[in-house]
Amino acid sequence: MKYLDEYRDPGLAESLAAKIWQVSTRKVSFMEFCGGHTVTIARYGIESLLPAQVRLLSGPGCPVCVTPMKLIDRMIALASQPEIIVTTYGDMLRVPGSSTSLAFERGRGADVRIIYSSYDALEIARNTPGRQVVFFGIGFETTAPATAAAVLKARELDLDNFSVVSAHKTTPAIIKALLDTEELELDGLICPGHVSVITGTAPYIYAAEKRGVACVISGFEPVDVLQSVLMLVEQVENVNAQVEIQYRRGVRPAGNEKARRMMDEVFRPADSNWRGIGVVEGSGLAIREEFSKWDALARFPVEVPETDEPTGCICGRILRGVASPSECALFGKSCTPATPVGACMVSSEGACQAHYRFGRTHLRTP
Amino acid sequence: MCLGIPGRVEEIDGTIAKVRFGDLLRKTSLDLLGEDVSVGDYVIVHAGFALERIDEDEAHKTLQMLKEISDLEVS
Repeated sequence: MKYLDEYRDPGLAESLAAKIWQVSTRKVSFMEFCGGHTVTIARYGIESLLPAQVRLLSGPGCPVCVTPMKLIDRMIALASQPEIIVTTYGDMLRVPGSSTSLAFERGRGADVRIIYSSYDALEIARNTPGRQVVFFGIGFETTAPATAAAVLKARELDLDNFSVVSAHKTTPAIIKALLDTEELELDGLICPGHVSVITGTAPYIYAAEKRGVACVISGFEPVDVLQSVLMLVEQVENVNAQVEIQYRRGVRPAGNEKARRMMDEVFRPADSNWRGIGVVEGSGLAIREEFSKWDALARFPVEVPETDEPTGCICGRILRGVASPSECALFGKSCTPATPVGACMVSSEGACQAHYRFGRTHLRTP
Repeated sequence: MCLGIPGRVEEIDGTIAKVRFGDLLRKTSLDLLGEDVSVGDYVIVHAGFALERIDEDEAHKTLQMLKEISDLEVS
């Protein structure tokens, strides 16, 4: 398919890798923020093409992985109410709460439906007037505008049996929080391409200008990622940290202003809890007061007990980029994609599941 | 999660387009797009919404640059 195949060309990938070997002289660590990049890197064995001194680390950009267990428990509690239909993207269904998952509860009769688009949830609400449709909105700036569009449409239609639980998160605050810890030493950031379609270059200015971290906004095909790694290596070698766009076919420097306006109309910045990381100031999106009619947590308050992360699971350290899945004692033993213990193994974009399915390792030595 | 797939706009009816991904044709909302698109344009689609029109010139430039790197490596 156009705009995909040409960025999977093995010859181009080989020559980019050769160029990286030629340019790279020092040990560097680059974090791929986004779970989509984690999958590309693992699936195509990108690391096996790189010199060992170029290290890639997974970051916190897997929305399924960072959604707190307590919120999953809340959704499960909502789904147990007969008047409520819970709708969400397929990725969320298998994520374990403290004792069960939405998928398991669906098997026991809860009305939980997988949707492709937030507008599908609106359609269900319009077609099921006697029941309440709650949309579990998760994701970063890529996905949040679609939730905002659904809320704005619900207002336009004056739909009173549709509401949203917002688990949306935003990139600038979490990037700052990670870089401001002492534990993470980072030379470069492979910045999320589809988040940046919406945000533009703004979320990475702090990293490049204040922390001297090289930043390249990358596409998701293997040639895109290799070109981004090359651009990062060149920035580091030239001691010239800045925000560059590799994914120029999709990302404009100012992003998509209309989508941001819609997002800002419906949501306000809020403190947000990241599974394995904790509460990060201003890193989430809450529904504004004037849209409280469509805020499911305001309309259907449910209380659930505090939760504890499973013993031995190091997802939190993996999401912060300070540990790799192979360092976890549970990895591949009690924790596998069929029987996940931590959230990083549940999501197909989680660092642990990508590591488990494809392996992630350097094959060459310098 | 933040998956975005490039597809070709085949039909436009108000703010709804039919977008082709290989053999698959999907109804796609244009509500988030800040600019007009025409039939034949490619868009990046995420969860049923077109997020951006693909810039053909930029795509071409990127490929040219990649080919130049590739040619240098071969020569």
